[in-house]
Amino acid sequence: MIEVSNLTKQFGSKTAVRNISFSVNEGEILGFLGPNGAGKSTTMNMLTGYISSTSGTAKINGIDILDDPIAAKKNIGYLPEKPPVYGDMTVKEYLNFVYKLKKSKLPRESHLAEICELVKITDVKNRLIRNLSKGYQQRVGFAQALVGNPGVLILDEPTVGLDPKQIIEIRTLIKRLGKHHTVILSSHILPEVQAVCDRIVVISSGSIVANDTTDALARNLSSDHKLVVRAEGNPDDIKKLLSGIQGMDRVHINREAEPGVYEFFLEAKQGTDIRRDVSKKLSSRNYPILLMKSNELTLEEIFLKLTTGDNYGGLEKYEKALDSKEKEDRK
Amino acid sequence: MFAIMKRELLSYFTSPLGYVFIAVFYLFSGIFLFLFTLTSQSVDMSYVYTGMFFVMLIMIPILTMRLMAEENKQKTDQLLLTSPVSLPRLVMGKFLSAFVILLICMLIFLVYGIVLSCFAAVNWAVIFGNIVGMLLLGALCVSAGIFVSTLTENQMIAAVGSIGLNIAFILVDSFASVMPTKFLQDVFYSLSFFSRYNEFTIGIFSLSNIFFFASVAFIFLFLTVRVLEKRRWS
Repeated sequence: MIEVSNLTKQFGSKTAVRNISFSVNEGEILGFLGPNGAGKSTTMNMLTGYISSTSGTAKINGIDILDDPIAAKKNIGYLPEKPPVYGDMTVKEYLNFVYKLKKSKLPRESHLAEICELVKITDVKNRLIRNLSKGYQQRVGFAQALVGNPGVLILDEPTVGLDPKQIIEIRTLIKRLGKHHTVILSSHILPEVQAVCDRIVVISSGSIVANDTTDALARNLSSDHKLVVRAEGNPDDIKKLLSGIQGMDRVHINREAEPGVYEFFLEAKQGTDIRRDVSKKLSSRNYPILLMKSNELTLEEIFLKLTTGDNYGGLEKYEKALDSKEKEDRK
Repeated sequence: MFAIMKRELLSYFTSPLGYVFIAVFYLFSGIFLFLFTLTSQSVDMSYVYTGMFFVMLIMIPILTMRLMAEENKQKTDQLLLTSPVSLPRLVMGKFLSAFVILLICMLIFLVYGIVLSCFAAVNWAVIFGNIVGMLLLGALCVSAGIFVSTLTENQMIAAVGSIGLNIAFILVDSFASVMPTKFLQDVFYSLSFFSRYNEFTIGIFSLSNIFFFASVAFIFLFLTVRVLEKRRWS
């Protein structure tokens, strides 16, 4: 459905997207993951024909977006980063406008009513868009992408600005749409991509650093062997105790989380589950465990991991930086 | 194309802009009619049309300033440019919306004609000829305005820029008189908007003038399409 090969975009001397290739099959949801400025939006703008590529091709349903833009664009529903809504129109007028703009052949009334139901904007359809909240505007933008029932949906950060309940609704909706549509979804929130997508492409400063199924990526980056533990007691003693556990690689005292309670980063050899041992050891010496959780990788860490091969340190560095900032603020 | 035209018209009339523009246009034409025609007790409206030349050059940029600049600013151009609509059609839709407003403005001259015809014989051919002339000048200003509006995302810059451009159109005559060679003078005089427009007001309906205004309008619309295209490629 979507085929991208060697796509490159340069703005002057700056290369925003460097030689990326991937493809998305019909009925697949692809997550496009990357930090701000990684080139997500640029790539999406190229896929939808909003800007051209410097080199390389993007094909939608086998049609090159630059060779026959009109035919290719007929198959695309696009929700840009900022929903392209007109504040001076009502939701109904706006969707009618988009319907005509896309030259849709579907029965107008029922088609638009169905879309309004899907994204839950039926109750605001007679209101001016500029009077709607950001979340509603986002949903109107989403509705716009669905008009004409295009085979390919390209959604640039579709859940930005929504409240948690709406986020879940939109995610469910995207999942449902993914059964019959080809969806590309960009985000900088890892759990979101994990929750919705079949496959993830990770992009960092313009290049693809990973392209794999969600499960495989999660497995590779799995962090069961890394724990964050908070325990009450003498930190050095606890450290010594924990270091004695079989398979333990590294114990690091992070900080005093509460008076007398210390936070530790534990790292065991890959594939070893040390949770039981940690619990037993500490309770044997009467050190209560106040918190134990697996050290889930943040997006920043995944990036460090994928781009520099650094296996640990990301979170610690980040938290240390935060700590020192906090201390400075207190001063 | 018509979807875009309809949307722009809707937008003109949901904001006060459309109403105010038409009202001010009617006001000026009324003032000119009173000053130049009624007080001299004639049915000759040629000075009214001459007055409208300047009114249109100054006012039409207000009508067109929003057309593309606001799309650029609100990023709604992403919707238009990723829709299955070709760029010429997009630009044409924008053009037609402002042109329809001008058509509504022109209706007032029919009213004046009817009023005057109650008192004396009116030459309708001249009135219609002048309406065509004003529409051609208007089409030119609208295209030039859309072109400038495409270059910026700030409405004020678009307005000031296209008013400046229109004043440059008026100044073509003055430049012609200071040109050193006869040839250059002829070139500038043949580009003179005012003398070409003036021929309409005194009742000369010349094809070369129609062709001139229509082709300059076309050039600006063409340039607008090129600017949009260039932005995609840069």
